[in-house]
Amino acid sequence: MFGNLSDRLAETFKALRGKGRLSAADIDGTLREIRKALLEADVALEVVKNFISAIRDRALGDEVSASLNPAQQVVQIVNEELIGILGGEARKLRYGKVSPTVIMLAGLQGSGKTTLAGKLARWLKNEGENPLLVAADLQRPNAVDQLKVLGEKVSVEVYSPEVGSGVGDPVKVAKDSIAYARSKGNTVVIVDTAGRLGVDQEMMQQAKEIRGAIKPDETLFVIDAMLGQDAVNVAKAFEDGVGISAVVLTKLDGDARGGAALSVASVTGKPIIFSSTGEGLDAFEPFYPDRMASRILDMGDILTLIEQAQKQFDEQSALEMAEKLAKDSFTLEDFLDQMQQLRKMGSLKSMLAMMPGAGQMRAQLDNLDEKDIDRTEAIIRSMTPVERNNPKVLNGSRRTRIARGSGMSVTDVNSLVNRFEQAAKMMKTVAKGGTPQVPGMPAGIGSVVPRKKAKDKKKSGSKSGNPAKRALQEQAKRDGGSLPASGAGSAFGIGN
Amino acid sequence: MSNIFFWRKKREEEKADVNQEGSPSTTQDLVAAALPKRNSRAGIRSIFSKIKFDLDSLEKLEEILIQADFGLTTAEAIVLEVKKLAKAQGAQSEVELKVILAGVIRDQLATGNRELNLTSGKLPYVILVVGVNGVGKTTTIGKLATWLMQANMKVVLGAADTFRAAAVDQLSTWANRAGVKLVGPNSEGQDPASVAFEAVEYAVKSEADVVIIDTAGRLQNKTDLMDELSKIRRVIEKQAEIAEVLLVLDATTGQNGLVQARAFAEAISVTGIALTKLDGSAKGGIVVAIQNELSIPIKLVGTGEGVEDFAFFDPEEFASGLVA
Repeated sequence: MFGNLSDRLAETFKALRGKGRLSAADIDGTLREIRKALLEADVALEVVKNFISAIRDRALGDEVSASLNPAQQVVQIVNEELIGILGGEARKLRYGKVSPTVIMLAGLQGSGKTTLAGKLARWLKNEGENPLLVAADLQRPNAVDQLKVLGEKVSVEVYSPEVGSGVGDPVKVAKDSIAYARSKGNTVVIVDTAGRLGVDQEMMQQAKEIRGAIKPDETLFVIDAMLGQDAVNVAKAFEDGVGISAVVLTKLDGDARGGAALSVASVTGKPIIFSSTGEGLDAFEPFYPDRMASRILDMGDILTLIEQAQKQFDEQSALEMAEKLAKDSFTLEDFLDQMQQLRKMGSLKSMLAMMPGAGQMRAQLDNLDEKDIDRTEAIIRSMTPVERNNPKVLNGSRRTRIARGSGMSVTDVNSLVNRFEQAAKMMKTVAKGGTPQVPGMPAGIGSVVPRKKAKDKKKSGSKSGNPAKRALQEQAKRDGGSLPASGAGSAFGIGN
Repeated sequence: MSNIFFWRKKREEEKADVNQEGSPSTTQDLVAAALPKRNSRAGIRSIFSKIKFDLDSLEKLEEILIQADFGLTTAEAIVLEVKKLAKAQGAQSEVELKVILAGVIRDQLATGNRELNLTSGKLPYVILVVGVNGVGKTTTIGKLATWLMQANMKVVLGAADTFRAAAVDQLSTWANRAGVKLVGPNSEGQDPASVAFEAVEYAVKSEADVVIIDTAGRLQNKTDLMDELSKIRRVIEKQAEIAEVLLVLDATTGQNGLVQARAFAEAISVTGIALTKLDGSAKGGIVVAIQNELSIPIKLVGTGEGVEDFAFFDPEEFASGLVA
């Protein structure tokens, strides 16, 4: 299958590296890849087209050609535009001028409205509101019961005068609920409605009537992150048929790239204000446009990573490091130094999570123990300067002393020394313009990552006996390693 | 008469005489004849509603297919094939081109056995229904149960979605509508595998013909929940063979549909797909990629919330409906 966008862009950028200016053809090549990525992420075609043309205009402008690294600048533009469409600053829920604030939920069948109603009620309660849930989905069998159970779980009253499952008038229920809420002193009313198709005239009319009867302060359009190209039609139908004020994105805990978010935001011009990220009733959070942009592009928070790296790695030390690497004088002292540079940028886990393609390794990331870095530091700190600068002197008795000093075992010390030697070798290769052996891992990190990772590394390093498969593996390795290999000095290959 | 009666009779005879010999042959026609037929065309809307289709717009075909969720790769492949055939046949007119396109799409979908496996003779037929959240599993089961009842089959439903609030009630409403027996959890949050076990156990004891097990919706990247499916499978297989594992797929799903199919196929060997919500404006083009990559046939389609709103998938109808 397709590699992720950053892998492919890295490929495109290889040809661009060193160019001071981007030609129109260069940009078109890059934009083709971006178009593909967006389509694979289910962004609707018409949205992709408009988007790409906006990027092309900006990319051809002075903004890009004047910048130091035009290729990265293109990605930066893409990201900015994406965030722009997705809503820039996250909008907050709009409360009504008079109590109760009325919130109506609308959407397709199975988009997660009822579950969301429960989560929203819980969230509002934590915000200090006194919400009322209204069971106006009288269509789906036992939707009313479901809302009642949810209401009980979050300790929020549910207004459910009708049994539902095809019985009762949802417009009347919704209308009556407002007076009921007023009499009970509720500050927010959340009206759950039946799922409906955009093409179902009758049901859309009913939704319109509900809206007319309760005049909601927010009409939240609930969509599923897995929604495909049809998102545009559905969004238009709900915007025209019911009229929506904001969007809620559900099932974001899945692995769908969620291009529908972009389609809907772009077609309706309405902001996405919440996202629902799991089955637990607390799996509910404000929507973060920047995170979504990265997710759609499947490129991790590579831009944030670049920014942080540029901030933290000062150029001078990067250059020194590059020289050391090239001269083969990289020592444990430097290793420690680099590790601390990395740490300045934040937790390793969050750093790794920002790497492109990290989606697949999220599970492993959860198992990653940050303490391993502390342990590594402890071991190095228990060495004398001589030992740090020349690990070759580390004999048995020295190793025992270090182990005791750092509270680790001799095996731990051995394994660190071994890993360091491998890392030094690898970095030397990189410094000379080669490709590091750790797929998808920045050169500096692979070696510091704890034992679990080291094991993984070993696994991926093994070669298949099947020549075809081996060729594939090597290909994958080259592709994966191409991004970090761009610059010699810094651990991230971006100290340019 | 339906072969179900034959197999019931055989089960009786086997009980009377365990040593009974001979396995009579059966054909799939028997099932199709005994069960009411459904037309799957109703829900499909043409992808050409807004655009004329001729040689000039052949270039546009890729985009049209992408908009129907076929995905970039599949769309490209189909366009290539259509161009090739159009050239070879000298096709020019809209009608000719549409026939070619429909043929290409149909051929992509026409492989594999699309009949529900209700013919092996190993009663009860266990149908396990799986899928991500909100695709319409419970509704599909309700329709399927009603349809099987109409064919005089004895049906048991197993409510093994013990997670979602009121999911058991929802299935129970369908069971009442269809007039079939429901086996649900004895206590809230009972292990779904044990509910599945009890449902199949009941079906075996009560000599039911079909038992359909509803499972909780699960996103395919939740490893624990996917492992739970294997467990459900294992406990069912202690008592009866699983006839069908139906993956319910929402037609509005985009490219993630393929990811879903891959994950479920790996976790629980899916034997067929039920494509739901085809009555909307979505086309469900992702099924072509699924069929191509995983060879999982689409067996059922859902076309509405009514009990009658479903049909057996017919590639010919689907393809001609799409390009109509």
